[in-house]
Amino acid sequence: MKQSRSNSWLNGDRWLERLLRLAAAMSGCLTLLIVAFVFWQALPALRDPGVARFVSDSVWRPTDETAPQFGMTPMLVGSGLVTLGAVLLATPLALFSVIVAEFYSSRTLAWLLRRVLELLNGVPSVVFGFWGLVVLVPLINAWHPPGQSLLAGILVLTLMLIPTVALATDASLRAVPNELYRSAAALGIGRGAVVWKLAVPLARRGMVAGVLLGAARAVGETMAIVIVCGNIVQMPDSLFDPVRTITANIALEMGYATSGHRAALFATGLLLMLTSSLFVAGAGLLRRRRGRR
Amino acid sequence: MIESLSNPLLSANAQGWSLCRGGCAVMCAVLAVTFLSGCGAEPDSQAVVRDNGDIEPARGSGNLKLSGKLVLTGSSTVAPLAVEIAKRFETEHPDVRVDVQTGGSSRGIADALSGVADLGLASRALKKDEVEQGLVGHQLAIDGVSVIVNADNPLSSLTSGQVVQLFTGAITNWSELGGEDADVVIVNKAEGRATLEVFLNHFGLKNEQITADVVVGDNQHGIKTVAGNRLAIGYVSIGAAQSEADLGTPIRVLPVDGIELTTENVASGAFKITRPLLIVSKGEPTGLAAAFLDYAKSPQMHDLIRAQGFEAVTQ
Repeated sequence: MKQSRSNSWLNGDRWLERLLRLAAAMSGCLTLLIVAFVFWQALPALRDPGVARFVSDSVWRPTDETAPQFGMTPMLVGSGLVTLGAVLLATPLALFSVIVAEFYSSRTLAWLLRRVLELLNGVPSVVFGFWGLVVLVPLINAWHPPGQSLLAGILVLTLMLIPTVALATDASLRAVPNELYRSAAALGIGRGAVVWKLAVPLARRGMVAGVLLGAARAVGETMAIVIVCGNIVQMPDSLFDPVRTITANIALEMGYATSGHRAALFATGLLLMLTSSLFVAGAGLLRRRRGRR
Repeated sequence: MIESLSNPLLSANAQGWSLCRGGCAVMCAVLAVTFLSGCGAEPDSQAVVRDNGDIEPARGSGNLKLSGKLVLTGSSTVAPLAVEIAKRFETEHPDVRVDVQTGGSSRGIADALSGVADLGLASRALKKDEVEQGLVGHQLAIDGVSVIVNADNPLSSLTSGQVVQLFTGAITNWSELGGEDADVVIVNKAEGRATLEVFLNHFGLKNEQITADVVVGDNQHGIKTVAGNRLAIGYVSIGAAQSEADLGTPIRVLPVDGIELTTENVASGAFKITRPLLIVSKGEPTGLAAAFLDYAKSPQMHDLIRAQGFEAVTQ
């Protein structure tokens, strides 16, 4: 009786395993297919204007009939600045909120803080964008027009990155062995020293991995950025100047782009994919090393 | 102290992981199943489309039993109207499915040319080379493009010349037009948008001349930008502007050269910043596409057209 039951359990398990393997294989193949498709679509642009002209051309005028120009340096700079700014702001905020939740608050407050972070993680980016447009942009506009700007993009993106970085940091802090805390307590070490001399150094790799994952998300973020950044193709002179990011450019122009212009947009998509996979690979590497130790 | 804090956390952590893993597994399985079933369904609907090509052409006859699937893609301005027409068409012909997808006029034209879509949707007149490639435009309605400012802007009207000066950066401060002493924020549309082309054509401008402070995508994006910035001036489709203004969004439609923006003025041609809303076909349509087109152009659709804030054309 007992035997047969466990057998059927095993069978069920085996089926589930097959299903899972199939699902995993499928998502893997799909990702590869997408990469291949983007590369194939980008190929004409990689050949004809060539990657060098993406940087050397001075303006972005891909639809000009006589002499199309493919300069996307301002957009590369735009993407870079928005990402950098958001990562710089979000990292300390996320780090501190996790440390507070983990070491400096009551269990209820910690629970509440975690739920809030998870909630923040689930908010769709278009909602962040819309909130930015109706709340943040008018505030910035009152200070320094036009409001839709690099600053608005950085602030909205910061909000979106906090949960990504915080949840990864949280996981790595929790992975610090409990015995170490007990030993620290037995030695009479104070809480501040436990946090800064024990927990944070041990969890550092995981934290950096979290920041890299956040950066990967920031580089690829589109919807919120299109809404709040103003989308002017220019080198920003200040935080209050509008910028256009690579992602925003794809979102704004892909709908109507044809032939060479389309291929150029796909080439920028390929670049984005490379950048964010570098970040993700870096994060993975850091995590694996920690696991081995 | 520390122990009591971290101990329960750790056990919760272990639990959290297994939960998370379980959740992921279930998600993957669900995804896989939906994906598989999606694959299974695909060939069926394709077959219907292919069958549909064999249906005898039945121009204008509502009696014949129509069936099959029709794909329309294109302009985000025309799509909401096309969806409404399609809904009504589907209730009259229950065996017909009409798919409407947006993606801009240029996509509608490209899809109609390549045959990806049965009919394209465009919110601008066809260009000469597009007609030469065999595209036919069927006008559904007229849309106007209106200049909008924030509700707090004291300005009551503009001349064409002032619009040009504002958008080309000859006027950069609202005080030059009698407003407050603050910089003008010019809201322009992204390249490739039909509204942009209509606006540029009407005022004889080139996109490079416009000194934009903000570039927006669709009409809603433009309206929300102007609504949130009392120094902004932009232009959007009248249908979108009027319905938003009626909803209480703080924007105001500015008459240009003294011509109030009313659908009557658009219909009579007094209001000149207009564009045709088209359904585009490659060659003359046949079968289901022809039946849908006749239906869309029939006078019974005028209430739907007006409800979207456009003006119907009477042939």
